[in-house]
Amino acid sequence: MTRRIEIPELAMVMLIGISGSGKSTFAARHFLGTEVISSDAARGLVSDDENDQTATADAFDVVHYLAGKRLARGKIAVIDATNIQPEARKSLVAVAREHDVLPVAIIFDVPEKVCLERTLERDDRDFGAQVIKRQAATMRRHLKGLAREGIRTTHTLSADDIDDAEVVRTKLYNDLRHETGPFDVIGDVHGCRAELETLLGTLGYHITRDEDGRAVDAAHPEGRRAVLVGDLVDRGPDTPGVLRLATGMVGAGHAFVVSGNHEAKLVRALSRKNVTVSHGLQDSLDQLAQQPDEFVAEVREWMDGLISHYVLDGGSLVVSHAGLIEKYHGRASGRVRAFCLYGDTTGETDEYGLPVRYPWANEYRGKAMVLYGHTPVPTAEWVNNTMCLDTGCVFGGSLTALRYPEREVVSIPAERVYYEPARPLAPPVEEREPGLLDIDDVLGTSGVETALAGRVSVRPENAAPALEVMSRFAISPSWLIYLPPTMAPVEASAVEGVLEHPTEAFSAFRRHKVGRVVCEEKHMGSRAVVVIARNLEAARRRFAERGERTGVVYTRTGREFFAGKLGVELVRRITATAESAGLFDELGTDWLALDAELLPWSAKAQGLLRAQYAQVGAAARASMPVALAALDVASARGVDVDALRGRVAGRDANAQLFVDAYRRYCWPVDGLEGVQLAVFQVLAAEGATFEEREHAWHMDIADRLVAANGDLFRTTRRTYAALDSDEECAAASAWWEELTAAGGEGMVVKPALNLDTSRPQPTQPGLKVRGREYLRIIYGPDYLDADHLKTLKNRSVGRKRSLAAREYALGIEGLRRTAAGEPLWRVHECAFSVLALESEPMDPRL
Amino acid sequence: MILTITTTHTPATDLGFLLHKHPDRAQSFDLSVGTAHVFYPEATEERCTAALLLEVDALELARGSGRTTTSDFTLGQYVNDRPYAASSLLASAMKRVFSTAVAGTLKSNQALADSALPLEIRIPALPCRGSSDFARQLFAPLGWEVVATAVPLDPEFPEWGDSRYLDLTLTGTVRLADALSQLYVLLPVLDDAKHYWVGDDEIDKLVRHGEGWLEAHPLRDAIARRYLAHQKGLVNQALDRLVEAGGDDPEALPPEATPAEDLPQPRARLAWTRRDAIVAELKALGVRSVADVGCGDGALLRPLLADASFTRIVGTDVSATALARGARRLHVDGMSERQAQRLTLFQSSATYRDERLEGLDAVVLMEVIEHLDLDRLPALESAIFGHARPEFVIVSTPNREYNALYQGMADGALRHPDHRWEFTRDEFTDWATSVWQNYGYRVSISGIGDADPTLGSPTQMAVFSRVDPVQDAAAEDAGAQDATEDVA
Repeated sequence: MTRRIEIPELAMVMLIGISGSGKSTFAARHFLGTEVISSDAARGLVSDDENDQTATADAFDVVHYLAGKRLARGKIAVIDATNIQPEARKSLVAVAREHDVLPVAIIFDVPEKVCLERTLERDDRDFGAQVIKRQAATMRRHLKGLAREGIRTTHTLSADDIDDAEVVRTKLYNDLRHETGPFDVIGDVHGCRAELETLLGTLGYHITRDEDGRAVDAAHPEGRRAVLVGDLVDRGPDTPGVLRLATGMVGAGHAFVVSGNHEAKLVRALSRKNVTVSHGLQDSLDQLAQQPDEFVAEVREWMDGLISHYVLDGGSLVVSHAGLIEKYHGRASGRVRAFCLYGDTTGETDEYGLPVRYPWANEYRGKAMVLYGHTPVPTAEWVNNTMCLDTGCVFGGSLTALRYPEREVVSIPAERVYYEPARPLAPPVEEREPGLLDIDDVLGTSGVETALAGRVSVRPENAAPALEVMSRFAISPSWLIYLPPTMAPVEASAVEGVLEHPTEAFSAFRRHKVGRVVCEEKHMGSRAVVVIARNLEAARRRFAERGERTGVVYTRTGREFFAGKLGVELVRRITATAESAGLFDELGTDWLALDAELLPWSAKAQGLLRAQYAQVGAAARASMPVALAALDVASARGVDVDALRGRVAGRDANAQLFVDAYRRYCWPVDGLEGVQLAVFQVLAAEGATFEEREHAWHMDIADRLVAANGDLFRTTRRTYAALDSDEECAAASAWWEELTAAGGEGMVVKPALNLDTSRPQPTQPGLKVRGREYLRIIYGPDYLDADHLKTLKNRSVGRKRSLAAREYALGIEGLRRTAAGEPLWRVHECAFSVLALESEPMDPRL
Repeated sequence: MILTITTTHTPATDLGFLLHKHPDRAQSFDLSVGTAHVFYPEATEERCTAALLLEVDALELARGSGRTTTSDFTLGQYVNDRPYAASSLLASAMKRVFSTAVAGTLKSNQALADSALPLEIRIPALPCRGSSDFARQLFAPLGWEVVATAVPLDPEFPEWGDSRYLDLTLTGTVRLADALSQLYVLLPVLDDAKHYWVGDDEIDKLVRHGEGWLEAHPLRDAIARRYLAHQKGLVNQALDRLVEAGGDDPEALPPEATPAEDLPQPRARLAWTRRDAIVAELKALGVRSVADVGCGDGALLRPLLADASFTRIVGTDVSATALARGARRLHVDGMSERQAQRLTLFQSSATYRDERLEGLDAVVLMEVIEHLDLDRLPALESAIFGHARPEFVIVSTPNREYNALYQGMADGALRHPDHRWEFTRDEFTDWATSVWQNYGYRVSISGIGDADPTLGSPTQMAVFSRVDPVQDAAAEDAGAQDATEDVA
């Protein structure tokens, strides 16, 4: 007959048996080679000799270390060692406890004689009968103490069982990953049956009643299930009624319930255990005393069997009464259960005599959403992808549910105050620190998971300088929701006499099956991100503003463009313009983020201009006339320098063209007078991002800003071209020629549809095509010399494109996370990573 | 780029012999950096002028083959003044093309080579970093009459002022070989840059070409320092790139290591006084483990390490470069194991929570807070006072009122270009009080340095002591002891 051995999927399994009892053979048959950690093998690893007994201590260090690493990753560990001594098992139990997994023992009860025979057959074992005898005695002597050692699950296999045994892996009770929802997660009920019925009704559940009109079940027509976070009992008016409904729903498969601390205590009280009766426990006991004994026995047993937390929906949702740190998700141990029931207690009590709880959610960085109750709060709010749903119904607050996965809060008010709270509901102010980030958020991770490009990794040597720039120069992270990605140029052009030309942009997008492109004028200014709130209240709510700031305009590296009053005034003007253009109402938002170019270039790039560009011009202006004059004089006296003179004159002319090129992008500004913004994308607003809207939509909004305030906003000229029309492409090229001949920087070619997620791979979001003269200030005054240009045309744009694509994915990711109201660290890691990627070595001329 | 050498020695055409180049012919020399041309605009008995014109190889520049000492990826590598200005490229070309003249040998007439001649040297675009008077200070002690005219940056934008270039004319009676050697050394010194890697052999070159004039030069040290310029660390390059990519003003990045020590006497002493005061305070508080947050290159770490009562010393800085420099200065690599165990250095930021800072007796923020924008201060407070929560926090910061006593400081100026603000005594007290109220610390404020009766001390210091909440017996609600496992 087959012997079934049930082993939890995640456990520390120790095989217990003397040498020759068949542990290794068994392990090899029932577990993966990687799941089994053998002490013999470890001895070999550290000493080259599997039988070297002097290496035993080191070998077990290795065993413990490997087991710990596996368990931390959620992988089963099977320990193949004799494990016959209590001390050996004790250290393994400690490893299991450290990782909050169950220790399980499989005992090999095989006669000494058989073991000895097997051992003698092996060439590599040189110990004899005495050793086997001693081992057997040790094993027998201590086996009874296994439960005391903390090993509650044991399986004993006799010699006959071993060959027929079947190992079955079982899920942990808390593992409901296969339940994918949708769910309605409901906060602490505390005997408020009426409110629970009302809330279920509001959520769309139909309540079933028994002949006495008592609610015994509730079901949702669309198959949604309720998940109650525990503390159904105590304090409120109808604990039995709540239990009747909850047990009914769970029994019918319409609900899940996790245990609260009040259930745990009520069970102890009902079991006549010694508990201090307080906190409304007496109410429950009194109410239950009115109920039939069998009902009480039934609910007592039911509550006693409640699991302390559930992991649902593939691991995306965790429900526990008092919250749960990520390390404990899906684990089972005393301390995990304690955390679930009581929270992260510090052992201190506050001035009301209630336990002080550590605000674990502030530091929560886990992937799963955690929903919980336990500590009453005035309103349910997100803290790092966690939400406390206990809105103090029994204290006269409200009963709250969260619709999952919709993330929609549904709340109904309490009918009255049933119980006076020991302390006011308002959470201590310092518990909310939405603006604080952890150093591990930026230095501890190796990358960011993005929807568009998968994992974008960041190397430590790039993160280090980014941390400095971010800390010293960038605006507050709560406003810094986005850093704009770099943009790649077209490939070097096949067209004579130019380095870049629209033809290559068109063909690149044609290759990616883009039908129509927009060509937008590229403004020569400084990239600017505008984040504005409609009013101070919105700024405080959305951007954790503590001062009076209602918006910010910042650079590609997160620095504010204008400090102090000028900055405030600029934000005021932008916000007023957005208001009069009706953007806030139209987009249903009280904040907006815009991507723009701020002009003139000289407004912010004075340093670069004066330190670099103008210096080159000055040096040329000073030296070239002297050289030409000297050559002229020499030529006049008959020295043959004509060829040289020709070349020097050419350089002189190029230098003048170079100066002309940068001068076009400089004009004087006085305060904000002369400063202009050319908006080209609406980035995000409350609950929405706009990267999938056509560029025409964005341009239309930009035009409306220009119409509302033409002094501050500047239009972006553009033209469209269907890529299958040679005529339209030629017209767009001609448009570019005209634009750049008049001194324009160039244009950016983008798919007219903007981000098109129907495509498997996102193409480059845009390609820049820069003008002939503009490129002088990038590649140097003489870059059009034939030899020079030929060399430049060998440039490679591959790495730049890859960088642009990664930064674009990060940018969109950060915006989407912002719009979805995700925690600050999730937004910040995107912006930070863009900054870090920008410190990768890259040819700056691209 | 061009330089001309004129003599009025009679016969002036002797210049052709000395330079080993015929006055009536134009000659070209292929060099790795381009082509050098020598020709004579005039060559009469009375006056002879030789011109050296270097055509920099544009392709070489375009490839950006890392030939500059700042071999990074900033645009400056590609768009620069090298084709026009008299840099180290011209100096090298000069040495190659006029090698016999530089050596001071002339077989046919050694007496001529040995004699001082009336010379006029013109360099129309001479890059000069630092004050425009620097050129005069370099050449005047060598017997030259110096005329240096600053070249405007851009005549169309007169408000931009002067460029870094000088139109330089040197007039004097000097041996030609000396004149050329001086130019060879001093052109890159003025530019404070070289087009090639500066290695050990540069020391030999400096000594050889400086023979006879450099040893006694009043600016000898400055010349040597600039001539032997060192390459910056990799992180610096990354920072440079970021600054350029952002279109940010590179001038806004504070110069590296321009601490208060660089400034007049009282402030130099102040830095020491401040360190001593903080170390004394830590000892008085009985602190054993301490973190210096914003440790820079380790100014405070050194006295802490020297005192055995500090058993655990942590230094953090937001700049990885500063930390690396600190580790070098403290000779961390050479420390004994016991000594090294006392010290931990890591990159961190005071506006991010960092659990590595938890569990220490004290955290020191010495001259740190004024480097943060005011609206970032709450993040620092939360990270240090709210989360690291050491028993003591010591904060020092300048007293703005005291600035009035510093001569030469403009009204409203701050003590360091990167200071975002400086507190008056009242402002500092207000800030410290709010921290005390929000985070449960007591505070006492004092001054460091010689106090002025009305304006106070130059540095102000706050010592915060944590007030621990009453440890109470765990409430029964927290009685998690008998919690059982979920399975079985």
